Amino acid sequence: MRDTLTGSRIRERRQIAGLRQAELARQVGISASYLNLIEHNRRRIGGKLLVDIASALTVEPSVLTRGIEATLISALREAAADSVGQKAELDGLEEFAGRFPGWAGVLAQMHRRVVSLERTVETLSDRLTHDPHLAASMHEVLSTAAAIRSTAAILADTQEIEPQWRDRFHKNLHQDAERLADSSKSLVTYLDNSDSDGDHRGVPQEDVEAFFDANNHHFNDIEHGGAAADVDLSELDSAAAKSLTQDFLAIYAADARAMPLKDVQAALAEAPLDPLQLASRFSVDVATVLRRLATLPDGYLGRPTGLVVCDASGSILFSKSVPGFAMPRFGEACPLWPLFQALNRPLVPIRQRVAQLGRAAAVFDCYAYAWPQPGSKFDQAPVYRSVMLVRSVEDVAQDAQAVARVGPSCRVCPHDNCSSRREPSILSEGF
Amino acid sequence: MSRKVLLIEDEPNIAEAIRFLLTREGWQVETHAEGADALQVIRVASPDLLILDVMLPGKSGMEILRDLRELEDMQGLPVLMLTARGQTRDREMAENAGVSRFMTKPFSNSEMLTAVRDLHAQATQS
Repeated sequence: MRDTLTGSRIRERRQIAGLRQAELARQVGISASYLNLIEHNRRRIGGKLLVDIASALTVEPSVLTRGIEATLISALREAAADSVGQKAELDGLEEFAGRFPGWAGVLAQMHRRVVSLERTVETLSDRLTHDPHLAASMHEVLSTAAAIRSTAAILADTQEIEPQWRDRFHKNLHQDAERLADSSKSLVTYLDNSDSDGDHRGVPQEDVEAFFDANNHHFNDIEHGGAAADVDLSELDSAAAKSLTQDFLAIYAADARAMPLKDVQAALAEAPLDPLQLASRFSVDVATVLRRLATLPDGYLGRPTGLVVCDASGSILFSKSVPGFAMPRFGEACPLWPLFQALNRPLVPIRQRVAQLGRAAAVFDCYAYAWPQPGSKFDQAPVYRSVMLVRSVEDVAQDAQAVARVGPSCRVCPHDNCSSRREPSILSEGF
Repeated sequence: MSRKVLLIEDEPNIAEAIRFLLTREGWQVETHAEGADALQVIRVASPDLLILDVMLPGKSGMEILRDLRELEDMQGLPVLMLTARGQTRDREMAENAGVSRFMTKPFSNSEMLTAVRDLHAQATQS
């Protein structure tokens, strides 16, 4: 059977080695775009090229074709990085995985399970706090329960109760019992649906995010000059989600016109990523550059890259997730994010390396910039939006810089001594 | 002279149960179900105690309470706040707004009656 995942393993090994795609491509004498196709398993690889890539990555070719070990080692590295108060012997990682593959597999599996559970806790906590549909449903259930409890206690505890009052309370009790049954059923249906198919009805921002995710945040038709209005939005249910998506696609189209894909690709091939240089080269503002970078196809930037946009109130308007950097779905993110610092210093580009506490101690380079929304009349006070590009850092040790500690949101942040804390965390330290 | 309580609650069956319980305790109970004009209703009713729901149509109980406490003659009025949202943050918000007692739905009748008795006793002593 032909192995179809060799490319993915090359990518994984390259990232572990801290090599950029362009660097590895240069070392083995192929173009970065061809390596990108290989890494996405769109080109078969074997023979001399496989041997050369393995050599550049200092692994045996069989590691790339078999892959199990690389995947396992990567998972164990993540487990070691996430551990709190326990330092793993990283030097002996490969030996451990080789000698005890079963135990190593169990450890990796447990770590994946912990990550998955933590994500569930974050999502549910976030939703319980901010999901308007869920909040309204819970309010309905609790209010009805309060009426039933109070009325039932009156009927049970009152020795002598006038017949007209008794009849009225019986009627109220019946009404409230019906209401409670309906609202409970509606709540359960909502939770079932949102868990099973990812459909989070009633929250248009989630639909927008899901739509962009499904398209990998890249729209070929718009890249080739198509209009944002022509993008098929039929899979979006609500008018609100369609309208919001249309707005974000219009911004996408304007950014794509200002920074055409092939020109961006050429600029990135010539020099390491520098948003300020790109802004100067394309004569656009920094916000346009940051948004545009987040829409590039996989491989252009060499590392996973996310984006988050907020308005002047701090509400998150749009986000593109990046593995390891949790973004609360409904706002109320960590106030220490450079995204919010930029709001305090409009028009000043901010670059900061951060480690997000909580699920994983992954490190990211963040570029943030706040810019004013266009005004419609003279002397109008500017209203700012802020954008932050979040780019994972592959090898922190090779590029030591000061790293600021930030959280996802206070509710799921384990940092116990933070002067910016808004509310207690639901996680115990070291969760 | 009878004691008067104003109950601002938009759930009619909760309002009815509370009205029944407090009437039996000797209170004169007035009810109102809107948030928008609540401040004016409180002024006109001039109650000895206010029971205030948080989620009200027109204006939230939290806003009403903040506005109420800005009025010089309403700063001592005991306010019992009822809410289905019992998170620490909501409780703190209510305390900052000047609530006298905060009670989470669903509450027991005896709990509510005890709170009313306590608040009234404190108000008459001071």
